[in-house]
Amino acid sequence: MKARVTVTLKNGVLDPQGKAIHHALDALGFSGVEDVRQGKLIELELAGSDRASAEREVADMSEKLLANTVIENYAIEIVE
Amino acid sequence: MKAAIILFPGTNRERDMAAAIRRAGGMPEIVWHGEPTLPACDVAILPGGFSYGDYLRCGAIAAHSPILRDVVQKANSGLTVLGVCNGFQMLLETGLLPGALMRNESIKFVCHDAHLTVERSDTRFTRAYNAGAVAQVVVAHGDGNYFADEATLDRLEGEGQVLFRYCDTEGAVTETANPNGSQRNIAGIINAKGNVLGMMPHPEDATAAFQGSTDGLGLFRSLSGFFGPGREAA
Repeated sequence: MKARVTVTLKNGVLDPQGKAIHHALDALGFSGVEDVRQGKLIELELAGSDRASAEREVADMSEKLLANTVIENYAIEIVE
Repeated sequence: MKAAIILFPGTNRERDMAAAIRRAGGMPEIVWHGEPTLPACDVAILPGGFSYGDYLRCGAIAAHSPILRDVVQKANSGLTVLGVCNGFQMLLETGLLPGALMRNESIKFVCHDAHLTVERSDTRFTRAYNAGAVAQVVVAHGDGNYFADEATLDRLEGEGQVLFRYCDTEGAVTETANPNGSQRNIAGIINAKGNVLGMMPHPEDATAAFQGSTDGLGLFRSLSGFFGPGREAA
């Protein structure tokens, strides 16, 4: 089973990298961009086959290590 | 004062830290992170560098190593802990101190002299300074932009937990003196009990004339004065 964890900065937390990407897009002529936020994607290969317990386990991993919940949100997707 | 300086793969400031401890009359010991527990010491120090290549988030992997679990446990029972730069990032990741350090507002690595106000002189880390003193130290980091929510910031201020702020040479806390976008110019904070300090700038790099400043020595002298310079740890 595969899980994807998407980690993004919380709303209201300044994202200097997103800002820099936004400026670069502007410079390339992509003028229609209103905001850019950069995050991370973490893919996990899991040994078990129970979807519900996998979700619980990955949520625990996200809380403890994958995300810093002071500044980041995470979303879990069980892929297959 | 016996100081245990913890070395992780990617740490690079452990010897500067050991030299600063010696200059203050203390006895440093560099401890490999693979040790399951901390040796007997008065102070545990998490020095600067790039532990685990800053993978995932700065300090995040180190924060979950076995030796840091032991440090957290002992800090909760009163052990004195100092985290500088990457060590400050680790302390935030362990939850010993509140908040987080984000990428610098400029997205650039900053590496230059910086001035700090010493907000309090009644802590074990700053008893050798006068409150309101201005100390010239060094900043060298890419992720030093201190962030916490407004309620946490107000609590830190209210409890006197902000120990150092970025300021200009005259001690004025201004936006231009802020090297990284830290909220309220925060450069270093202590926990409520006063035994854990995390700071982004490097006091150890301002402890000898050849480094350009000796203003950081007060921090190490404060600790050696608190514990006694040559005392063996219990």
